[in-house]
Amino acid sequence: MAETAGRDDPVLRLSGVRKSYGSGTAAEIEVLHGIDLDLGPGEFAALIGPSGSGKSTLLNLIGLLDRPTAGAVRIAGAETGSLDDGHLTRLRGRAIGFVFQYHYLLPEFTALENVMMPLLAARGRPDVQMRETAAELLAQVGLGPWQHHKSNDLSGGQQQRVAIARALAMQPMLVLADEPSGNLDTQSADAVFDLLRSVNERRGTTFLIVTHDPRLANRCDRIVELVDGRIVSDLANANPVHRQTREQTMQSGAP
Amino acid sequence: MSRLLTFEWIAAVRFMREGLAQTLLIIAGVTLGVAVITFMSALLSGLQANLFRRTLNYQAQIVVLPPEDVARSLRDTGAARSAAVVQPRTQRLHSIDQWQKLRGQIAGLPDVVAIAPVVSGPGLAIRGDANKAISITGFEPESYLRVIALGDKVVAGTANLTASDILIGTDLADDLGARLGDKLRITTATGAAQTLQIAGLFDFGNKGVNARNVYVTLRVAQSLLDVAGGVTSLEINVSDPFIAERVAQTIHARTGLQADSWIRTNEQFFSAISAQTLSNNFIRFFVALTAALGIASVLVVSVVQKSREIGILRAMGTSRGQILRLFLIQGALMGLAGSVCGSLLGFVFLNFWRGIARNPDGTPMFAVNFEPQLFLYAAGGATLVGVLAAMVPARRAARLDPVVAIRG
Repeated sequence: MAETAGRDDPVLRLSGVRKSYGSGTAAEIEVLHGIDLDLGPGEFAALIGPSGSGKSTLLNLIGLLDRPTAGAVRIAGAETGSLDDGHLTRLRGRAIGFVFQYHYLLPEFTALENVMMPLLAARGRPDVQMRETAAELLAQVGLGPWQHHKSNDLSGGQQQRVAIARALAMQPMLVLADEPSGNLDTQSADAVFDLLRSVNERRGTTFLIVTHDPRLANRCDRIVELVDGRIVSDLANANPVHRQTREQTMQSGAP
Repeated sequence: MSRLLTFEWIAAVRFMREGLAQTLLIIAGVTLGVAVITFMSALLSGLQANLFRRTLNYQAQIVVLPPEDVARSLRDTGAARSAAVVQPRTQRLHSIDQWQKLRGQIAGLPDVVAIAPVVSGPGLAIRGDANKAISITGFEPESYLRVIALGDKVVAGTANLTASDILIGTDLADDLGARLGDKLRITTATGAAQTLQIAGLFDFGNKGVNARNVYVTLRVAQSLLDVAGGVTSLEINVSDPFIAERVAQTIHARTGLQADSWIRTNEQFFSAISAQTLSNNFIRFFVALTAALGIASVLVVSVVQKSREIGILRAMGTSRGQILRLFLIQGALMGLAGSVCGSLLGFVFLNFWRGIARNPDGTPMFAVNFEPQLFLYAAGGATLVGVLAAMVPARRAARLDPVVAIRG
């Protein structure tokens, strides 16, 4: 896959992606009707749309959690349709990070261990380097002192920060966030959003953020709107809303 | 997180620790199952060993006898048909032809551990006015005592007889009013008679045997029963009582002599033992099945409870194989933990049982068999059962669609 990926390939390219449920039956429903979408390196894009418009379905296809009924999903130029489940799992682990609305940390593990988990799954055994990477990421999201807390002992905002650190553990080129702040109060939501933004700026990681909060969408560089399974608008946001400075973000440990 | 453990092991242990109440309950279930199995097995094998000892104590595992006398009519048995009544022959006391050579030949067979030449036949024991029908057995102490543990049953005197000695049962001694050191006159149908001194008393715990059997040396029996230089049977022990029939058939095929194994001569006893073993295996199977179902049900519930986490793990790049192993390991660990605790509990049961199940004289009623390998088998078996039981839930977990799992 790596050899087929050219330098100028977009991080993500969707061409003619369709998804229907109940294929071949009378009750066949098409939720996505031919989606074309490119995301370049370092983009910070919002995906908006009313509920039921197919946002989550699209996110699952991009995240390689699901396969399209028709069309192609390319990650860094690599066609994913021909990959078997094992290869898809490995590519997903390496290239894509997920942040969900409900943080979904593993309650059996500490914050640090949760962040280590993708590395552990990929490499098989824990090692020192893995632990250092995870500790560094936790420090970056402002949770250095909370490393050894069980994830259930953290607040919602803190848990979401751990989830973000976990999404970054494999240094993915693309992070998919599904309502990352939907479950948080305004202040925590802002903090989480600022964190995503600062990661995007420092690491050049591409972000696609699903949200139905226009206030947050307005803080992204690009806004893609999905209605009834079709992209109805795709606009560059020339003037993203002013945000907190990086210093403030980094220092606000507990949201 | 230990550096020695892989992702699957670390996650399996954490999952089990998180659902500690569930885990402990099912381990307790497996513990009881394994305890029952080890306890029963040890008890039963002790019981069987005991029965074996009692049954095989006063009989050899294989007895080689001369061929039976058969009536042979001297008429031509060609095409001509003729009506005749052919009476079966009476069975005389026969000596085995060239028994010394046969003895060497049979002793050379694999699995044969002891062989003893024996002369036996009927006689009368006379003391004063009393006379009793007896069954005389003549043996060489050095070989015979290796086939039959006669020495263990001697309650007074010795089984190492010399030419003027006789060993009789306690009941015969009572019947004749004789004691150790007294003299008995033994006669037989051939008219031979000898006076012998009681050198020992035995007690087989069987009245019939104690009242009928007497033991003398081979030469004395040869002269009493008029088979000078001959023997009437060869008694053989093999390395494992259960292969006696096979060895007996080999002996028959090689020598043409009649060879009876204890399995044939004690068919009822043997089938009782087999039935016991079979029912024991049945119980073991169902106890193991119960434990397996317990483990499986706990893991099925766990897969449902953790489906969202499984979805997350899959989204983070965990493979189906890793998820599968994560649950198989949990099953194996539950089985193993249960079997270790169960073996210990079984051990405690056994000791307790040995303490209470005693004969009136204070000796343990059952010689319980502690076999270390039984515990090893239990541990291995329970681990295997755990893995098998985890198979269905593990496959279910591995097949979970991450999208569905995460959406819940």
